[in-house]
Amino acid sequence: MSPRLVPASADAAGRRPDVPLRITVDGVPYNGAAGQTIAGVLLAAGRRSWRNGPSGAPRGVFCGIGACFDCLVTVNGDRDVRACRRRAADGDAVTTQSRAADSADPAGTDGGER
Amino acid sequence: MTRHVVVVGAGPAGLGAAAAALRAGARVTLVDSAEHPGGQYHRMLPDAYRAARPGRLHHGWDAFDRLRRRVTGHPRCAWWPETSVWMLERSAPGEPRPPRVHVLRGPADGSGRERRVLEPEALVLAPGAHDRALPFPGWDLPGVFTAGAAQALAKGERVVVGDRVVVGGAGPFLLPVAASLLEAGASVAEVLEAGTAAAVARGWGRRPWELASQAGKAGELAGYAALLARHRVPYRTGRAVIEARGDGRVEEAVTARLRADWSVVPGTERTVTADAVCVTHGFSPQLELPVAAGCALRAGATPEEPFVEVDADQLTTAPGVYAAGEVTGIAGAPAARAEGLLAGWLAGGGAPSAPELRRLRARRDQGRAFAARLAAAHPVGAAWPGWLRPGTVVCRCEETDYAALCRAADDAAGGAAARAVKLGTRAGLGPCQARICGPTVAELLRRRAAGAPGRPAEGLAPATPHHRPVAQPIRLGELAEPPRESE
Repeated sequence: MSPRLVPASADAAGRRPDVPLRITVDGVPYNGAAGQTIAGVLLAAGRRSWRNGPSGAPRGVFCGIGACFDCLVTVNGDRDVRACRRRAADGDAVTTQSRAADSADPAGTDGGER
Repeated sequence: MTRHVVVVGAGPAGLGAAAAALRAGARVTLVDSAEHPGGQYHRMLPDAYRAARPGRLHHGWDAFDRLRRRVTGHPRCAWWPETSVWMLERSAPGEPRPPRVHVLRGPADGSGRERRVLEPEALVLAPGAHDRALPFPGWDLPGVFTAGAAQALAKGERVVVGDRVVVGGAGPFLLPVAASLLEAGASVAEVLEAGTAAAVARGWGRRPWELASQAGKAGELAGYAALLARHRVPYRTGRAVIEARGDGRVEEAVTARLRADWSVVPGTERTVTADAVCVTHGFSPQLELPVAAGCALRAGATPEEPFVEVDADQLTTAPGVYAAGEVTGIAGAPAARAEGLLAGWLAGGGAPSAPELRRLRARRDQGRAFAARLAAAHPVGAAWPGWLRPGTVVCRCEETDYAALCRAADDAAGGAAARAVKLGTRAGLGPCQARICGPTVAELLRRRAAGAPGRPAEGLAPATPHHRPVAQPIRLGELAEPPRESE
């Protein structure tokens, strides 16, 4: 049971076949379709969370329209990008962020998202 | 010289405003953070999907498609997609001009976006709203989404958030969200309206003539109801999701029957297997830009849920600043469009006596009546905090829990409670800048103060969670670059 992309062949909106793209998240490759947001690529790959709150609690998409900032990621070195609003581009190197004190995220514990 | 109107937001209200201002002869700059016009209501698919039949996912697509082509292709319209308004700079006191509009153009939250400053003769603010989601135990688990997120993902990029979904909260928006999920192939376990059947029927049943003007809306809702019935999805009133459970993600939802005040009827709890829970308990208008422009707010259903105050011409209390759409009241797309058309025409210098305005004003007034009616039919019940446990996270960003908030509220002197609680618990100080928890924290503090003996509620500082002088994040590098010349 997981989130997914409606297959183009079965899409009532008459989508043409997907144009594939590939991004990496912490070095791990994820396949997506051109037009998806970074959040969309991750969700459709079955990944529901990619950020950690101060206690380490997992976070992913909540509001989906750029208001809650739960889904922040680092994209090609730019911190604090809302994954629900940023279109994935082929080759994007995404790294996850954490605000937990024991995290390996160098900017996560202090100032990174303030 | 041609009058320059800046319209912020290209949803139903903003697009209507741009069209009417163009018709009035003005030059228009229409800005929106998305790549396409439409807002959340007509959220378009990305170009890369090359969809042959995008209208299948929308109501009123053909009219919208004509309108957006006419506006964005108009020789006097500058259409600026992927543009964030990060600051409104008010003019000097005594200078009756709208604020200067500072924007960033480029991919969402990117670095090196282009800074521009606009100096309009009139400004129309139509930024819209986002879901208001009340906290409950487990609402911070991955797999709990706002209803708006589920719809945006389904309509905007054809991603469905789960296989078996529970949709819950309050208001008619539950229906299109469930419909979007069904259309995209999810199974919807149930749709739960927290309002009791009697309250909903009372709200919708009386003064039916007010619904006549919203005939399109009523037909749309009837269509959703039929779709739910076809898929055998139960729609239950007086019931809510009061907990989400799972190991690192949602695996089940706990629902319970509610009384009219949204207190839980003990013994009615049921556990439902689900891999996604979608909630909406109303809408929060995006007020940071109106507040930055100096617009007065008017009280909504509660002190924590205000709207922008506008007059009969959609003019706010700030000179040259008009507001339209959900920031003035929640009434749906047709009402937002009517407000936008009126605001745009007048902002563009159109004659206030133009004959077609009479019809428009009437539609707008009907929209306002509809908004009042919706608010009355789907109020947030006062006893919802009974769902909370001491450890329930209230501020998602800072993970401030209910017990910490109560402790801080009780420790603080009445008048300074809001500020002291914020500084003491960090609630509302995280990345979202209180967009999600602001109204909730303010409401919890108000209830706490009112319930505490010897602590007068009137001593409480007015809740102002909408003050965000930097309206959208800007990077230091971008700030360091001088903006391109104003226009």
